Amino acid sequence: MSAQNNKAQNEWPLWEVFIRSKAGLDHKHAGSLHAADAQMAIENARDVYTRRMEGVSIWVVESKYIHASNPDDAASFYEPANDKIYRHPTFYNLPDELTHM
Amino acid sequence: MPMTAQSFEQHFQDKIDNEITIEPRDWMPDDYRKTLIRQISQHAHSEIVGMLPEGNWITRAPSLRRKAVLLAKVQDEGGHGLYLYSAAETLGITRDEMLAQLHSGKAKYSSIFNYPTLTWADMGAVGWLVDGAAIMNQVPLCRTSYGPYARAMVRVCKEESFHQRQGFEIMMRLAEGTEVQKKMAQDALNRWWWPSIMMFGPKDDDSAHSAQSMAWRIKRFSNDELRQKFIDVTVEQAKLIGLTIPDPDLKWNEEKGHYDFGEINWDEFWNVVKGNGPCNKERLTARQNAWNNGAWVREAALAYSEKRKQRAEKQAVDAA
Repeated sequence: MSAQNNKAQNEWPLWEVFIRSKAGLDHKHAGSLHAADAQMAIENARDVYTRRMEGVSIWVVESKYIHASNPDDAASFYEPANDKIYRHPTFYNLPDELTHM
Repeated sequence: MPMTAQSFEQHFQDKIDNEITIEPRDWMPDDYRKTLIRQISQHAHSEIVGMLPEGNWITRAPSLRRKAVLLAKVQDEGGHGLYLYSAAETLGITRDEMLAQLHSGKAKYSSIFNYPTLTWADMGAVGWLVDGAAIMNQVPLCRTSYGPYARAMVRVCKEESFHQRQGFEIMMRLAEGTEVQKKMAQDALNRWWWPSIMMFGPKDDDSAHSAQSMAWRIKRFSNDELRQKFIDVTVEQAKLIGLTIPDPDLKWNEEKGHYDFGEINWDEFWNVVKGNGPCNKERLTARQNAWNNGAWVREAALAYSEKRKQRAEKQAVDAA
């Protein structure tokens, strides 16, 4: 529905914005904005999401290219991880005298 | 085990009751979605329309510092509008649809912005009282049940505190200035006090949407609770700078531990909500003009980006 309205009314496409706030950290999702193309999206993201020096790097992705898992399937989708408690360090019963491990 | 309509509702309410945040692709009742679209989009419209009464004084700020600060505040409000439109768009409405609702008069925005800013002191009163009331409302919204709205509010609240401080500072400087300056500050307070406490909405008993909003944890505190808290803290702030709240019935109630205050003019409240405030027409016209007069910019940007894309493709072909 939205994609067709988009073309019909010449609406600028929607972009998701990710910002790395400081070297060493991941890019984090900051929000979205409308822009005519990638260059404009980055400039707008800088204007709106980094007014207080919150970013050293900006990624923009057209929202239509984000693919997401289905939350309704969460139970079965993540089920394999649910009973593998041996992935956690606390599963292993080791003597207290043991150090550096 | 097949999920019935009833069990979807129950599962949803269980999440709400357990403070589990609802995210965009989660199942939600139609009315929850509709209510949020209405509330978030109207909140966004309020930010954008809110740029107008303060934008009015940018060219007439009394010093360069005050001009730069006011510009920064108004820029922030534009940004807040964006965060909120973005949050609303996750619920299935487009930006163009929301703007069409605003421009047609179908969507509302906060009534406070239908009052005029008549003097420089109004910049002080607006920052101190209007942003102050907004903060009182927005801090609890940082824990609202819908994820994108809550996260937008966290960002907004971080930026909002400088807004209130700059407003109070303006009032403080005027109140300790010449007789004319002090009078201008008091006059602004006289005009903005009652509209500011009206920002918290009708009394709880007269508020139709509140009960369902609270059950869904969209709203965390009642109108009356927030209004009382705002009055209690603001009265003390006014005392500090020697200004008088224009309410003869304002009185500390030792038993309740709160200030008793006078009756709000509910006729004025509903009249402004209905569209008969001093600046309703002016505000809406300004937004309609901005949209219509900016059409060529939107079209040109799309045309230019298409041109840029074709040029890049041609260069790639030529280089190959």
